[in-house]
Amino acid sequence: MGKKILMKGNEAVAEAAIRANCRFFFGYPITPQNEIPEYMSRELPKRGGVYLQAEAEFAAINMIYGAAGSGARVMTSSSSPGISLMAEGISYIIGAQLPCVLVNMVRGGPGLGNIAPAQSDYNQAVKGTTHGDVHLIVLAPSSIQEAVDLMYDAFDLADLYRNPVLVLGDGMIGQMMEPVEFKEATNKKLPPKTWAATGTRNSPDGKRRIINSLFMEPEDLESLNLALQKKYKEVVEKEVRYELYKMDSKLDVIFTAYGTTSRIVKYVIKKLEEEGIHAGLIRPITLWPFPQQIIGEYASNSSAKAFVSVEMSSGQMVEDVRLSVNGKKPVYFYGRTGGIVPEPKEIISYVKSIL
Amino acid sequence: MGKIVYEKSKGLTDTPLHYCPGCLHGVVHKLIAECLVELDILDKTIGVAPVGCAVFSYRYFNCDMHEAAHGRAPAVATGIKRALPDSVVFTYQGDGDLASIGTGDIVHVAHRGEKITTIFINNAIYGMTGGQMAPTTLPGQKTTTSPYGRDPAHCGMPYRVSEMLATIPSAAYITRVSVYDIPHIVRAKAAIKKAFQMQIEGKGFSLVEVLSTCPTNWGLTPIESISWLKENMEPYYPLGVYKDVSASEGGN
Ligand SMILES: Cc1ncc(C[n+]2csc(CCOP(=O)(O)OP(=O)(O)O)c2C)c(N)n1
Ligand code: SF4
Repeated sequence: MGKKILMKGNEAVAEAAIRANCRFFFGYPITPQNEIPEYMSRELPKRGGVYLQAEAEFAAINMIYGAAGSGARVMTSSSSPGISLMAEGISYIIGAQLPCVLVNMVRGGPGLGNIAPAQSDYNQAVKGTTHGDVHLIVLAPSSIQEAVDLMYDAFDLADLYRNPVLVLGDGMIGQMMEPVEFKEATNKKLPPKTWAATGTRNSPDGKRRIINSLFMEPEDLESLNLALQKKYKEVVEKEVRYELYKMDSKLDVIFTAYGTTSRIVKYVIKKLEEEGIHAGLIRPITLWPFPQQIIGEYASNSSAKAFVSVEMSSGQMVEDVRLSVNGKKPVYFYGRTGGIVPEPKEIISYVKSIL
Repeated sequence: MGKIVYEKSKGLTDTPLHYCPGCLHGVVHKLIAECLVELDILDKTIGVAPVGCAVFSYRYFNCDMHEAAHGRAPAVATGIKRALPDSVVFTYQGDGDLASIGTGDIVHVAHRGEKITTIFINNAIYGMTGGQMAPTTLPGQKTTTSPYGRDPAHCGMPYRVSEMLATIPSAAYITRVSVYDIPHIVRAKAAIKKAFQMQIEGKGFSLVEVLSTCPTNWGLTPIESISWLKENMEPYYPLGVYKDVSASEGGN
């Protein structure tokens, strides 16, 4: 472990990626994540890597596709409208079973929206990123330290499952400063990239490699889909992550919140405690795979009267909370949108109104 | 013992080509494959297939291949070449792929001077999707989406890719050729070889535009197609070298 340094979220994410041995970055500027490409353009050439500014996000993601197929550890970062532009390429990358890391520092939508923090891309991240029967593994940090730690895991998970991993932050995570410590690269034992197309002279078996997502025979395409689903089943079994905060035995209400809003909710829980209301928080760290099981267990076994999902959206994650609770308790939603970060006092009065 | 006078290039696999009879895609494949073998670079070449009739070219070129999204081959090639700078990278693209949905990609791959080679098949139509209008479709030419003939008042005049790309400072070699008879095939092969050589020497971006036929969607026989190409396409898309930094290096 190194020493603690004060860093802006975006720069910390970029530094963590380099320390996780990412050596290739392709991207296009968009606020509020510009410090990531700026940092990469400054640091990667000094550290044996390549930074390249693409002409658009759709080009950036296809550069990622090419570099990932060549066996490189590669990433891009963007914010909401840019991720929409990458959608087609992400599907090709998943279809060709290639690893890469994507960062979305979410901003207010729809359209050009604004550059303030938002969580309105939850559905895009976990359900509707792109066409086909696909998933991204989605990691949602709630602090800069956690964003840093998750970057290392993001690259390892991508390599392990040969699937893109999305780190879903927001304008707040990207722009604020916090003290962080960087660990050394995980050096996790990962399967060798024998599938990479690096020229037949480098091929371990002398055979040529084809990086491809086209399978004209329906049986062949179904085989690909079955292989993807098998992988996704394993991800669901092994990779769910969450934090339980003050989930004690005597609960009146259970919050669900991720990322920036989970920090506000933690403060709200302390304030409610002072008024004798016992609240706890289930904070998903992986948004996909979603911590469905633990939420279901608390829905069955806890004394809480209700769940409240707090989000900076019009109610997106709450749908997954409802599926997990499965009718066992009422599930309420409180959210602000448009780039507004909810105030603790609004959440407190909402909770009181439903209890 | 008979003497072998002709052999299929080792740069091609044994998979039978799926192209229509009389289509010139196959001729261009052969030329590329021969160049890769003659330059002894086949084992370090990575090709990028487009979306278009040549989508299955990853089955034919006997080297590592990527299949790109429609128009995105230059971006994919950029990612490959940046990750593997010692490799040889080429894209093979049609005029819908390169001159319509991928216009931005080809302009910027030239603008960045990526050390890759593009083989651009201009057949004035969308072959794969069944004969729709392309940006390269000639005025008056009938296609399934210009059933009354392309009307320039409605959708402009076809633009000339090679001439446009030649204006980009970091483009190293831009030329237009055709493959409709032996002399033109010989010249086209020399151009393709030179384009790869420019890449190997690190000169910058190289592109060979090949005027090609689509008998199926032009509604002509292979022989008629060649006449149509000579009479209609060649005057609008003149053959020649539009940019060659190696020529100016040597001084005129
Ligand atoms: C995003 C997207 N849009 C449209 C298509 C459909 N499409 C496939 S090939 C093609 C045109 C191909 O024409 P061209 O590039 O001229 O190649 P040719 O088939 O003539 O060789 C189109 C429009 C697609 N596959 N992807
Ligand atoms: S449709 Fe046209 S371009 Fe495509 S293979 Fe047939 S003749 Fe060639």
